[in-house]
Amino acid sequence: MLKSRDLALIAIFAGIIAALGLVPAVSPFGIAVPITAQSMGIMLAGAILGAKRGALSVLLLLALVAVGLPLLAGGRGGLGVFVGPSVGFLIGWPIAAWVVGLLTERIGRPYRVVQGAIANILGGILALYVPGIIGMSVVGGLGLIEATTTSAVFIPGDLAKAVLAAVIAGGVHAAYPGLIPARRDRSAAPDRVSA
Amino acid sequence: MAGQAVPLFHPGTSLVHRLGAGTKLLSLLVAGVALTVWRAPWQIAVAFVVVLAAYAVARLPVRLLLRQVVRLAWIAVPLFAIQLLLASWQAAVGVVGSFVALVLLAGLVTLTTRTTAMVDVVVRVAGWLRRFGVDPERVGLMLALGIRSVHVVLGLAEEVRDAQYARGLRASPRAFAVPLIVRSLRHADRLGEALAARGIDD
Repeated sequence: MLKSRDLALIAIFAGIIAALGLVPAVSPFGIAVPITAQSMGIMLAGAILGAKRGALSVLLLLALVAVGLPLLAGGRGGLGVFVGPSVGFLIGWPIAAWVVGLLTERIGRPYRVVQGAIANILGGILALYVPGIIGMSVVGGLGLIEATTTSAVFIPGDLAKAVLAAVIAGGVHAAYPGLIPARRDRSAAPDRVSA
Repeated sequence: MAGQAVPLFHPGTSLVHRLGAGTKLLSLLVAGVALTVWRAPWQIAVAFVVVLAAYAVARLPVRLLLRQVVRLAWIAVPLFAIQLLLASWQAAVGVVGSFVALVLLAGLVTLTTRTTAMVDVVVRVAGWLRRFGVDPERVGLMLALGIRSVHVVLGLAEEVRDAQYARGLRASPRAFAVPLIVRSLRHADRLGEALAARGIDD
Protein backbone atom coordinates (compact mmCIF):
# COMPACT_ATOMS: atom_id res chain seq x y z
CA MET A 1 0.00 0.00 0.00
CA LEU A 2 1.28 3.44 -0.87
CA LYS A 3 1.81 5.76 2.09
CA SER A 4 1.24 9.49 1.91
CA ARG A 5 4.98 10.09 1.42
CA ASP A 6 4.93 7.79 -1.61
CA LEU A 7 1.94 9.68 -3.03
CA ALA A 8 3.81 12.96 -2.53
CA LEU A 9 6.94 11.60 -4.20
CA ILE A 10 4.91 10.29 -7.17
CA ALA A 11 3.13 13.63 -7.65
CA ILE A 12 6.30 15.70 -7.31
CA PHE A 13 8.24 13.50 -9.70
CA ALA A 14 5.51 13.87 -12.33
CA GLY A 15 6.19 17.58 -11.93
CA ILE A 16 9.94 17.03 -12.34
CA ILE A 17 9.47 15.09 -15.59
CA ALA A 18 7.19 17.86 -16.85
CA ALA A 19 9.73 20.53 -15.87
CA LEU A 20 12.48 18.67 -17.72
CA GLY A 21 10.34 18.85 -20.87
CA LEU A 22 9.38 22.51 -20.50
CA VAL A 23 12.69 23.96 -19.40
CA PRO A 24 14.82 24.38 -22.51
CA ALA A 25 17.50 21.77 -21.93
CA VAL A 26 20.94 23.04 -21.10
CA SER A 27 22.88 22.14 -24.18
CA PRO A 28 26.21 20.56 -23.20
CA PHE A 29 28.04 21.66 -26.32
CA GLY A 30 26.51 25.07 -26.78
CA ILE A 31 24.42 24.01 -29.77
CA ALA A 32 21.33 26.10 -30.45
CA VAL A 33 19.09 23.05 -30.88
CA PRO A 34 17.48 22.32 -27.53
CA ILE A 35 17.84 18.65 -26.69
CA THR A 36 14.80 17.71 -24.65
CA ALA A 37 15.61 16.33 -21.24
CA GLN A 38 12.24 14.65 -20.89
CA SER A 39 13.23 11.11 -21.86
CA MET A 40 15.96 11.52 -19.26
CA GLY A 41 13.20 12.33 -16.78
CA ILE A 42 11.66 8.91 -17.46
CA MET A 43 14.94 7.16 -16.66
CA LEU A 44 15.39 9.38 -13.59
CA ALA A 45 11.92 8.44 -12.30
CA GLY A 46 12.98 4.79 -12.10
CA ALA A 47 16.57 5.48 -11.09
CA ILE A 48 15.55 7.72 -8.20
CA LEU A 49 12.15 6.49 -7.00
CA GLY A 50 12.48 2.81 -7.87
CA ALA A 51 10.17 0.60 -9.96
CA LYS A 52 6.69 1.09 -8.52
CA ARG A 53 6.76 4.77 -7.59
CA GLY A 54 8.74 5.62 -10.74
CA ALA A 55 6.26 3.94 -13.07
CA LEU A 56 3.30 5.50 -11.24
CA SER A 57 4.78 9.00 -11.49
CA VAL A 58 5.18 8.54 -15.26
CA LEU A 59 1.62 7.25 -15.46
CA LEU A 60 0.43 10.32 -13.55
CA LEU A 61 2.28 12.59 -15.97
CA LEU A 62 0.56 10.85 -18.91
CA ALA A 63 -2.82 11.29 -17.19
CA LEU A 64 -2.11 15.01 -16.76
CA VAL A 65 -1.23 15.22 -20.46
CA ALA A 66 -4.44 13.38 -21.37
CA VAL A 67 -6.66 15.74 -19.38
CA GLY A 68 -5.26 18.65 -21.37
CA LEU A 69 -2.01 19.96 -19.92
CA PRO A 70 0.80 20.68 -22.40
CA LEU A 71 3.49 18.91 -20.40
CA LEU A 72 5.32 16.97 -23.09
CA ALA A 73 8.54 18.34 -24.53
CA GLY A 74 7.97 21.44 -26.62
CA GLY A 75 4.65 22.17 -24.92
CA ARG A 76 2.76 19.31 -26.58
CA GLY A 77 -0.14 17.69 -24.81
CA GLY A 78 -3.80 16.84 -24.93
CA LEU A 79 -5.35 13.72 -26.36
CA GLY A 80 -3.76 14.15 -29.79
CA VAL A 81 -0.41 12.74 -28.68
CA PHE A 82 -2.09 9.42 -27.87
CA VAL A 83 -3.32 8.80 -31.41
CA GLY A 84 -0.19 9.80 -33.33
CA PRO A 85 2.61 7.47 -34.48
CA SER A 86 4.70 8.06 -31.35
CA VAL A 87 2.01 6.64 -29.04
CA GLY A 88 4.06 3.47 -28.56
CA PHE A 89 6.81 5.49 -26.91
CA LEU A 90 4.30 7.01 -24.50
CA ILE A 91 3.00 3.53 -23.65
CA GLY A 92 6.62 2.47 -23.22
CA TRP A 93 7.41 5.29 -20.77
CA PRO A 94 5.93 3.74 -17.60
CA ILE A 95 7.35 0.36 -18.61
CA ALA A 96 10.78 1.95 -19.09
CA ALA A 97 10.64 3.68 -15.70
CA TRP A 98 9.57 0.39 -14.10
CA VAL A 99 12.43 -1.59 -15.66
CA VAL A 100 15.00 1.09 -14.78
CA GLY A 101 13.62 1.12 -11.23
CA LEU A 102 13.73 -2.65 -10.90
CA LEU A 103 17.35 -2.79 -12.04
CA THR A 104 18.28 0.19 -9.85
CA GLU A 105 16.77 -1.52 -6.80
CA ARG A 106 18.98 -4.51 -7.62
CA ILE A 107 22.03 -2.23 -7.61
CA GLY A 108 20.89 -0.90 -4.26
CA ARG A 109 22.41 1.76 -2.06
CA PRO A 110 25.02 3.18 -2.41
CA TYR A 111 24.15 3.87 -6.05
CA ARG A 112 26.76 2.96 -8.68
CA VAL A 113 26.94 5.19 -11.73
CA VAL A 114 28.26 2.63 -14.23
CA GLN A 115 25.70 -0.01 -13.30
CA GLY A 116 23.08 2.73 -13.15
CA ALA A 117 23.90 3.76 -16.72
CA ILE A 118 23.50 0.15 -17.85
CA ALA A 119 20.12 0.00 -16.04
CA ASN A 120 19.09 3.22 -17.81
CA ILE A 121 20.09 1.82 -21.19
CA LEU A 122 18.26 -1.49 -20.65
CA GLY A 123 15.12 0.15 -19.30
CA GLY A 124 15.11 3.61 -20.82
CA ILE A 125 16.17 2.57 -24.31
CA LEU A 126 15.62 -1.17 -24.87
CA ALA A 127 12.33 -1.50 -22.96
CA LEU A 128 11.16 1.82 -24.40
CA TYR A 129 11.93 1.25 -28.06
CA VAL A 130 10.16 -2.13 -28.30
CA PRO A 131 6.64 -0.71 -27.73
CA GLY A 132 7.74 2.50 -29.47
CA ILE A 133 8.70 0.71 -32.67
CA ILE A 134 5.58 -1.49 -32.58
CA GLY A 135 3.42 1.65 -32.24
CA MET A 136 5.27 3.39 -35.07
CA SER A 137 4.74 0.31 -37.22
CA VAL A 138 1.01 0.01 -36.45
CA VAL A 139 0.03 3.70 -36.70
CA GLY A 140 2.50 4.57 -39.42
CA GLY A 141 1.75 1.49 -41.50
CA LEU A 142 5.45 0.61 -41.66
CA GLY A 143 7.24 -2.71 -41.55
CA LEU A 144 9.09 -3.36 -38.30
CA ILE A 145 12.44 -2.86 -40.03
CA GLU A 146 11.49 0.54 -41.47
CA ALA A 147 9.99 1.59 -38.13
CA THR A 148 13.22 0.57 -36.39
CA THR A 149 15.38 2.53 -38.83
CA THR A 150 13.16 5.59 -38.40
CA SER A 151 13.39 5.40 -34.61
CA ALA A 152 17.13 4.62 -34.56
CA VAL A 153 17.92 8.30 -35.20
CA PHE A 154 17.20 9.05 -31.54
CA ILE A 155 19.32 6.26 -30.04
CA PRO A 156 22.68 8.15 -29.88
CA GLY A 157 21.03 11.03 -28.01
CA ASP A 158 19.30 8.61 -25.67
CA LEU A 159 22.58 6.84 -24.92
CA ALA A 160 24.06 10.16 -23.84
CA LYS A 161 20.98 10.82 -21.72
CA ALA A 162 21.24 7.38 -20.09
CA VAL A 163 24.78 8.15 -18.92
CA LEU A 164 23.85 11.68 -17.81
CA ALA A 165 20.79 10.34 -15.96
CA ALA A 166 23.02 7.90 -14.05
CA VAL A 167 25.39 10.73 -13.08
CA ILE A 168 22.44 12.84 -11.92
CA ALA A 169 20.86 9.91 -10.04
CA GLY A 170 24.21 9.36 -8.32
CA GLY A 171 24.25 12.99 -7.22
CA VAL A 172 20.67 12.85 -5.98
CA HIS A 173 21.12 9.57 -4.07
CA ALA A 174 24.24 10.99 -2.41
CA ALA A 175 22.40 14.15 -1.31
CA TYR A 176 19.13 12.43 -0.43
CA PRO A 177 19.71 8.84 0.70
CA GLY A 178 17.05 6.29 1.55
CA LEU A 179 15.02 6.11 -1.66
CA ILE A 180 16.39 2.77 -2.80
CA PRO A 181 17.03 -0.23 -0.50
CA ALA A 182 20.55 -0.75 0.87
CA ARG A 183 22.69 -3.35 -0.83
CA ARG A 184 23.37 -6.43 1.25
CA ASP A 185 27.13 -6.41 0.89
CA ARG A 186 29.39 -8.71 2.84
CA SER A 187 31.48 -5.72 3.79
CA ALA A 188 28.71 -3.19 4.35
CA ALA A 189 28.22 -1.88 7.83
CA PRO A 190 24.70 -2.22 9.27
CA ASP A 191 22.55 0.58 8.00
CA ARG A 192 21.49 3.25 10.41
CA VAL A 193 19.35 5.32 8.08
CA SER A 194 15.94 3.91 7.38
CA ALA A 195 14.18 6.91 5.85
CA MET B 1 8.37 29.54 -18.25
CA ALA B 2 5.77 28.65 -15.63
CA GLY B 3 3.11 30.12 -17.90
CA GLN B 4 3.55 27.24 -20.32
CA ALA B 5 1.77 24.83 -18.00
CA VAL B 6 -1.63 26.43 -18.54
CA PRO B 7 -4.19 23.97 -19.91
CA LEU B 8 -4.67 23.74 -23.67
CA PHE B 9 -8.41 24.36 -23.18
CA HIS B 10 -9.75 27.25 -25.25
CA PRO B 11 -12.92 28.69 -23.71
CA GLY B 12 -16.04 29.12 -25.76
CA THR B 13 -19.81 28.64 -25.79
CA SER B 14 -20.24 26.64 -28.99
CA LEU B 15 -22.15 23.40 -29.34
CA VAL B 16 -18.89 21.45 -29.24
CA HIS B 17 -17.88 23.18 -26.00
CA ARG B 18 -21.23 22.37 -24.42
CA LEU B 19 -21.18 18.66 -25.29
CA GLY B 20 -20.35 16.42 -22.31
CA ALA B 21 -16.73 15.35 -21.91
CA GLY B 22 -17.76 11.70 -21.87
CA THR B 23 -19.68 12.10 -25.15
CA LYS B 24 -16.70 13.74 -26.84
CA LEU B 25 -14.29 11.06 -25.64
CA LEU B 26 -16.65 8.34 -26.84
CA SER B 27 -16.93 10.02 -30.27
CA LEU B 28 -13.15 10.14 -30.44
CA LEU B 29 -12.98 6.44 -29.65
CA VAL B 30 -15.55 5.64 -32.35
CA ALA B 31 -13.65 7.81 -34.85
CA GLY B 32 -10.44 5.97 -33.96
CA VAL B 33 -12.01 2.58 -34.68
CA ALA B 34 -13.70 3.87 -37.85
CA LEU B 35 -10.45 5.27 -39.24
CA THR B 36 -8.58 2.01 -38.71
CA VAL B 37 -11.25 0.20 -40.75
CA TRP B 38 -12.09 2.78 -43.43
CA ARG B 39 -9.06 4.46 -44.92
CA ALA B 40 -9.67 4.67 -48.67
CA PRO B 41 -8.78 8.12 -50.04
CA TRP B 42 -12.42 9.23 -50.34
CA GLN B 43 -13.15 8.06 -46.81
CA ILE B 44 -10.16 10.05 -45.54
CA ALA B 45 -11.53 13.05 -47.43
CA VAL B 46 -14.88 12.63 -45.66
CA ALA B 47 -13.08 12.38 -42.31
CA PHE B 48 -11.26 15.67 -42.96
CA VAL B 49 -14.48 17.41 -43.99
CA VAL B 50 -16.13 16.23 -40.75
CA VAL B 51 -13.16 17.25 -38.57
CA LEU B 52 -12.83 20.68 -40.19
CA ALA B 53 -16.59 21.22 -39.92
CA ALA B 54 -16.38 20.39 -36.21
CA TYR B 55 -13.59 22.98 -35.80
CA ALA B 56 -15.79 25.51 -37.59
CA VAL B 57 -18.76 24.72 -35.33
CA ALA B 58 -16.48 25.09 -32.29
CA ARG B 59 -15.44 28.56 -33.60
CA LEU B 60 -11.81 28.01 -32.71
CA PRO B 61 -9.16 30.37 -34.11
CA VAL B 62 -7.56 28.96 -37.26
CA ARG B 63 -4.09 29.38 -35.75
CA LEU B 64 -4.89 26.65 -33.18
CA LEU B 65 -5.60 24.27 -36.05
CA LEU B 66 -2.53 25.36 -38.02
CA ARG B 67 -0.26 24.98 -34.99
CA GLN B 68 -1.26 21.32 -34.69
CA VAL B 69 -0.73 20.72 -38.40
CA VAL B 70 2.77 22.23 -38.20
CA ARG B 71 3.61 20.05 -35.18
CA LEU B 72 2.48 16.95 -37.06
CA ALA B 73 4.49 17.79 -40.18
CA TRP B 74 7.82 16.46 -38.87
CA ILE B 75 6.44 12.94 -38.77
CA ALA B 76 3.62 13.14 -41.32
CA VAL B 77 5.78 14.33 -44.23
CA PRO B 78 8.51 11.67 -43.94
CA LEU B 79 5.90 8.93 -43.36
CA PHE B 80 3.99 10.07 -46.44
CA ALA B 81 7.20 9.94 -48.48
CA ILE B 82 8.09 6.46 -47.22
CA GLN B 83 4.59 5.14 -47.99
CA LEU B 84 4.68 6.72 -51.43
CA LEU B 85 8.04 5.07 -52.09
CA LEU B 86 7.31 1.63 -50.66
CA ALA B 87 3.57 1.31 -51.33
CA SER B 88 1.17 3.54 -53.26
CA TRP B 89 -0.31 7.02 -53.02
CA GLN B 90 -3.54 5.42 -51.78
CA ALA B 91 -1.69 3.80 -48.89
CA ALA B 92 0.14 7.05 -48.14
CA VAL B 93 -3.13 9.00 -47.99
CA GLY B 94 -4.78 6.23 -45.95
CA VAL B 95 -2.07 5.86 -43.33
CA VAL B 96 -1.01 9.48 -42.92
CA GLY B 97 -4.48 10.94 -43.50
CA SER B 98 -6.12 8.72 -40.90
CA PHE B 99 -3.76 9.62 -38.08
CA VAL B 100 -3.61 13.32 -38.97
CA ALA B 101 -7.43 13.48 -38.95
CA LEU B 102 -7.53 11.58 -35.66
CA VAL B 103 -4.89 13.78 -34.00
CA LEU B 104 -6.82 16.89 -35.09
CA LEU B 105 -10.06 15.45 -33.72
CA ALA B 106 -8.36 14.54 -30.42
CA GLY B 107 -6.96 18.07 -30.37
CA LEU B 108 -10.48 19.43 -30.79
CA VAL B 109 -11.69 17.44 -27.77
CA THR B 110 -8.79 18.80 -25.70
CA LEU B 111 -9.32 22.38 -26.89
CA THR B 112 -13.04 22.39 -26.10
CA THR B 113 -13.10 20.48 -22.80
CA ARG B 114 -12.12 21.92 -19.43
CA THR B 115 -9.36 20.08 -17.54
CA THR B 116 -11.71 19.71 -14.58
CA ALA B 117 -14.32 18.00 -16.78
CA MET B 118 -11.63 15.60 -18.05
CA VAL B 119 -10.51 14.87 -14.50
CA ASP B 120 -14.12 14.04 -13.63
CA VAL B 121 -14.24 11.52 -16.49
CA VAL B 122 -10.98 9.93 -15.31
CA VAL B 123 -12.34 9.62 -11.76
CA ARG B 124 -15.61 8.15 -13.08
CA VAL B 125 -13.71 5.57 -15.15
CA ALA B 126 -11.55 4.81 -12.11
CA GLY B 127 -14.81 4.05 -10.26
CA TRP B 128 -15.46 1.20 -12.69
CA LEU B 129 -12.07 -0.22 -11.76
CA ARG B 130 -12.88 -0.24 -8.05
CA ARG B 131 -13.13 -4.02 -7.99
CA PHE B 132 -9.52 -4.20 -9.24
CA GLY B 133 -8.38 -2.28 -6.18
CA VAL B 134 -8.43 1.19 -7.74
CA ASP B 135 -9.60 3.91 -5.34
CA PRO B 136 -11.28 6.64 -7.44
CA GLU B 137 -10.92 9.28 -4.71
CA ARG B 138 -7.21 8.62 -4.57
CA VAL B 139 -6.98 8.92 -8.38
CA GLY B 140 -8.69 12.32 -8.18
CA LEU B 141 -6.37 13.39 -5.36
CA MET B 142 -3.30 12.32 -7.35
CA LEU B 143 -4.41 14.29 -10.43
CA ALA B 144 -4.97 17.39 -8.30
CA LEU B 145 -1.61 16.91 -6.56
CA GLY B 146 0.08 16.34 -9.92
CA ILE B 147 -1.28 19.56 -11.42
CA ARG B 148 -0.14 21.46 -8.32
CA SER B 149 3.28 19.75 -8.38
CA VAL B 150 3.98 20.86 -11.94
CA HIS B 151 3.69 24.48 -10.84
CA VAL B 152 5.72 23.88 -7.68
CA VAL B 153 8.57 22.21 -9.57
CA LEU B 154 8.56 24.86 -12.31
CA GLY B 155 8.92 27.46 -9.57
CA LEU B 156 11.80 25.53 -8.03
CA ALA B 157 13.37 25.17 -11.50
CA GLU B 158 13.40 28.93 -11.85
CA GLU B 159 15.09 29.32 -8.45
CA VAL B 160 17.73 26.73 -9.28
CA ARG B 161 18.35 28.28 -12.67
CA ASP B 162 18.86 31.72 -11.13
CA ALA B 163 21.28 30.25 -8.58
CA GLN B 164 23.12 28.47 -11.38
CA TYR B 165 23.51 31.66 -13.42
CA ALA B 166 24.62 33.57 -10.34
CA ARG B 167 27.45 31.08 -9.82
CA GLY B 168 28.33 30.98 -13.52
CA LEU B 169 27.57 27.27 -13.96
CA ARG B 170 25.81 27.97 -17.22
CA ALA B 171 26.63 24.82 -19.19
CA SER B 172 26.20 22.05 -16.65
CA PRO B 173 23.02 19.96 -16.86
CA ARG B 174 24.11 18.13 -13.70
CA ALA B 175 24.40 21.37 -11.75
CA PHE B 176 20.83 22.09 -12.76
CA ALA B 177 19.12 18.71 -12.39
CA VAL B 178 20.64 17.51 -9.11
CA PRO B 179 19.64 20.52 -6.98
CA LEU B 180 16.25 20.73 -8.73
CA ILE B 181 15.44 17.10 -7.93
CA VAL B 182 16.81 17.27 -4.36
CA ARG B 183 14.80 20.42 -3.62
CA SER B 184 11.71 18.81 -5.14
CA LEU B 185 12.17 15.66 -3.04
CA ARG B 186 12.46 17.78 0.11
CA HIS B 187 9.24 19.50 -0.92
CA ALA B 188 7.65 16.05 -1.34
CA ASP B 189 8.64 15.25 2.26
CA ARG B 190 6.70 18.27 3.51
CA LEU B 191 3.80 17.45 1.20
CA GLY B 192 3.76 13.87 2.49
CA GLU B 193 3.63 15.06 6.08
CA ALA B 194 0.77 17.40 5.23
CA LEU B 195 -1.12 14.52 3.58
CA ALA B 196 -0.49 12.23 6.54
CA ALA B 197 -1.76 14.97 8.86
CA ARG B 198 -4.98 14.99 6.84
CA GLY B 199 -5.47 11.30 7.42
CA ILE B 200 -4.64 10.01 3.93
CA ASP B 201 -3.00 6.90 5.39
CA ASP B 202 -6.03 5.91 7.46
